[in-house]
Amino acid sequence: MEVIFILLPLSLALGGVFLLAYFWAARSGQFEDLETPAVRILPDEERETDL
Amino acid sequence: MEGFVNKNLEKFAYDDKIVRYFVLATVLWGIVGMLAGLLAALQLALPELNFGLPWLTFGRLRPLHTNAVIFAFAGNTIFAGVYYSTQRLCKARMFSDALSKFHFWGWQLIIVAAAITLLSGITVSKEYAELEWPIDIAIAVVWVAFGVNFFGTLIRRREQHIYVALWFYIATIITVALLHIVNSLAIPVSLFKSYSVFAGVQDGLVQWWYGHNAVAFFLTTPFLGLMYYFMPKAAERPVYSYRLSIIHFWSLIFLYIWAGPHHLLNTSLPEWAQTVGMLFSVMLIAPSWGGMINGLLTLRGAWDKLRTDAVLKFLVVGITFYGMATFEGPMMSIRSINALSHYTDYTIGHVHGGALGWNGFIAFGMIYYLMPRLWKVPMYSSRLMMVHFWTATIGIVLYITSMWTAGVTQGLMWREFNEQGMLQYPDFIETVIKLKPFYWVRALGGALYLFGTLIAAYNMVKTIAAARAKGADLSDTPASAVRFSVVDATKAQSTWHQRLEGRPVMFSVLTLVAVTIGGMVEIVPMLAIASNIPTIKSVKPYTPLELEGRDIYIREGCYTCHSQMVRPFRDEVIRYGEYSKSGEFVYDHPFQFGSKRTGPDLHRVGGKYPHLWHYRHMLDPTTISAGSIMPPYPWLFTGELDTSTTVKKLEVMKRLGVPYSEEEIRHGRALVEAQATKIVDELIAQGLRREEGLEKKEIIALIAYLQRLGSDIKGEVK
Repeated sequence: MEVIFILLPLSLALGGVFLLAYFWAARSGQFEDLETPAVRILPDEERETDL
Repeated sequence: MEGFVNKNLEKFAYDDKIVRYFVLATVLWGIVGMLAGLLAALQLALPELNFGLPWLTFGRLRPLHTNAVIFAFAGNTIFAGVYYSTQRLCKARMFSDALSKFHFWGWQLIIVAAAITLLSGITVSKEYAELEWPIDIAIAVVWVAFGVNFFGTLIRRREQHIYVALWFYIATIITVALLHIVNSLAIPVSLFKSYSVFAGVQDGLVQWWYGHNAVAFFLTTPFLGLMYYFMPKAAERPVYSYRLSIIHFWSLIFLYIWAGPHHLLNTSLPEWAQTVGMLFSVMLIAPSWGGMINGLLTLRGAWDKLRTDAVLKFLVVGITFYGMATFEGPMMSIRSINALSHYTDYTIGHVHGGALGWNGFIAFGMIYYLMPRLWKVPMYSSRLMMVHFWTATIGIVLYITSMWTAGVTQGLMWREFNEQGMLQYPDFIETVIKLKPFYWVRALGGALYLFGTLIAAYNMVKTIAAARAKGADLSDTPASAVRFSVVDATKAQSTWHQRLEGRPVMFSVLTLVAVTIGGMVEIVPMLAIASNIPTIKSVKPYTPLELEGRDIYIREGCYTCHSQMVRPFRDEVIRYGEYSKSGEFVYDHPFQFGSKRTGPDLHRVGGKYPHLWHYRHMLDPTTISAGSIMPPYPWLFTGELDTSTTVKKLEVMKRLGVPYSEEEIRHGRALVEAQATKIVDELIAQGLRREEGLEKKEIIALIAYLQRLGSDIKGEVK
C-alpha cells in the first residue's frame, strides 16, 4: 500500500492548493458581498435579437 | 446619461465563434457516443450484433462508448459553456484566440485518435483512462493550453468578483490535470503499448482515485458551474442563495477527493482505506443536495415558466437527476449495500441517471439557451424541443428502471441459497438469461434518448440554415466594461495590485505542478520496487506466454464483462473459490479487477476447466453454455501471436520490479514457443485434432493466461 505515499500527499496538496485559494479569496474580499454578484450576472449588455 | 462617456470604458468583443464550434462538436460526438452505446446495449441482448468484427465487439466498443460520451460529448459541452460564460463573467475576451483554436482542434483530434485506437484494441484497460501513452501526452498538452487560456482570461478580467461558476471551472481544470497525469503514469513498451507503473491493489486504488474524481471533476464540478451560470440566466432571476453556492463549492471540493475507494469496497483493498472512502462518500450527500436545492429553488416564484420554456425544462429535470444520482452514490458507497449492487447492472443504471439525466439534460438545456444567442435567430421549432424533452425523459426512465431491476435481480440471485445450503443458482448463466428482457428495455430507453438527440440535431441544422438564409450577423458580440481596479478608488495602487490579484492563481498552479513533479520523481521508482515484494511466497510472475495472453485479454477488453476479484462472501467463495488476496496481484501491471460481472468472475478460473473447454468456449461460447451472451472470438484462432516485443515487455516488467531473470528475458521468445507447444500437446491429448501452426496462434497464449489465473495460491489454501 505504498501507493498512499503518493496519493495522500497529492490529495493533501490539492486540498492545500484549494485552501490557499480560499484564503486568498476570503482576504481579497471575494466573499464580502454575497448578494449582488448573483444579480449582476443577469443583465446582458449585448443586444439580443428576437429570441 | 446620454452624452456622458467614461474614459475608462473599454470596448472589446466576445469570441462567440469558438463557442459555436464547441456546440456543434458536442452534438456531433453526442450522436456518435450514444450510437456506440446503443449498439453495445443491443449486443448484450443479441451478441450477433458485433457482426463478427473484432473492432465492433463489446469489449472494444464499450470503452469507445464511455470515452466518447464522457470526453467528447460532455467534454465539448463543458468547453462550450466555459468559453461562453467565462468571457461574460470576466467581462473579457478569451486570453488567446490561438489557444482557443488549438484547444478546439487538439481536442477533436484526440477524440478521433481515441476512437481509432480503442476499436483497434490499443488500450491500457484502466476505465475512462484507456488511451495509450502518446494520446495521454496529447491530452495533457491540450488541457494545459486550456488552463493557460482560462487562467489568462481570469487574470485579465474586468469584473473583480469571481462568480461561483468560475470557481467550479478552476477546480475542474486543476484537478483533472493532476488526476490524468498520475493515473496515466506508465512505461512504454512500444508506440502503442505500455504498462502501468503501479501494480495490483495499488494500481486499483490509483485508478479509482482517478475514476471517481473523473466523475467528480469532469462530470460534476464543471456542470455545476454551468448550472450556476445558465440556470439563473434562463430563469431570469438570481440563484436562490449565493451564500449557499459558495458553501456548496468549498465543501464539495474538500470532500470529493477522498471518496475514490468506494469503488473497491469488499475487495482486497485494506479495510481502513475502504472505510475512509465510504465515510467521505456518505458525507458528500450534504454539499451535493445543497447544490441541487440551490439550483431548483432558483426557479422560486417562476415555476409556471416550466410549462412553456424548453430550456428550463431540461435544466430543472437535469438538476433533479443530479439530486437522484447524488443520493444513490452515497447509498451505494455503504459497504453492505455495495455488496449487493456492485458488479451488477445497478451501477449501470446509476451512472446513466447521472450521464443521461444530469450531464445530458444540462448540455441540451444549455445548447437550446445558446443557439438563438450564437446564431441570432430563434430556434427553428419549439415544438421539436418539447418532443426531444419528452422522448429523452421517457428514454431515461426506461433505461434506469430496467437497469435497477436487473441489478437487484441478479445481485439477489447470486447470493441465494436453497434449504440444503447450496447455491440456488449455481450456474452463472441462469442469472444472465433472466436479465435479457431488461436488456431489451434498456436498449429501447437508450434508443429513445438517441432519437431525441437526433431531433435536437435536426432542429439545430434547421436553425443554422435559417440564420444563413436571413444573413444573420455572426460577428463577435461587442461588449464594454470598466476594469475593476480603475473603478475602485481605494485600490488606486493600480498596476502592482492588479498583478498581485492574479498571483495567487498562478501561485496555486505552480505549486501544484511543482508538487506533482517532485512527488513523481522521488517516489515512483522507490514505489515500483518496494511494492513488488511478494507477500505470498507461492505467487510468481507470469511466464512470457501468459504475459502475452494477458495482453490479449486486455486488448479484447475482457475486463469490461469479467471481474478478477472474488469477494469474501459465502456465496462467492462457493461459486468461484477462495477469496482474492492483495498479495496475489503484485505482478499485475495494470490490474484487471473489472467493475462489472456481465459474465462470471475469472480470478479462480485457472485450472478449473481443461484447455479444450476454453478452446471451444472462445470459439463459440454457446456450445459450452447455452444462452451465453458472450460473443465468439474466431480471430484469436487465425491471428498469430506477435512475439516481436516479448523481450521488451519482460524488460519493462523487470524495470517495474517484476523479478524476471536475465536468462528468462533473453530466452523470452523460446519460452513462449516451448509453453505453447506444451499446451497444444495437452489440447491434442484432450481430443483436439492436430492443426498445423496452432501453437503460434493467439488463442494458445490466452488459454495459458486463463489457466494461470488465481492458481498460484491453490497449493497453500487448504
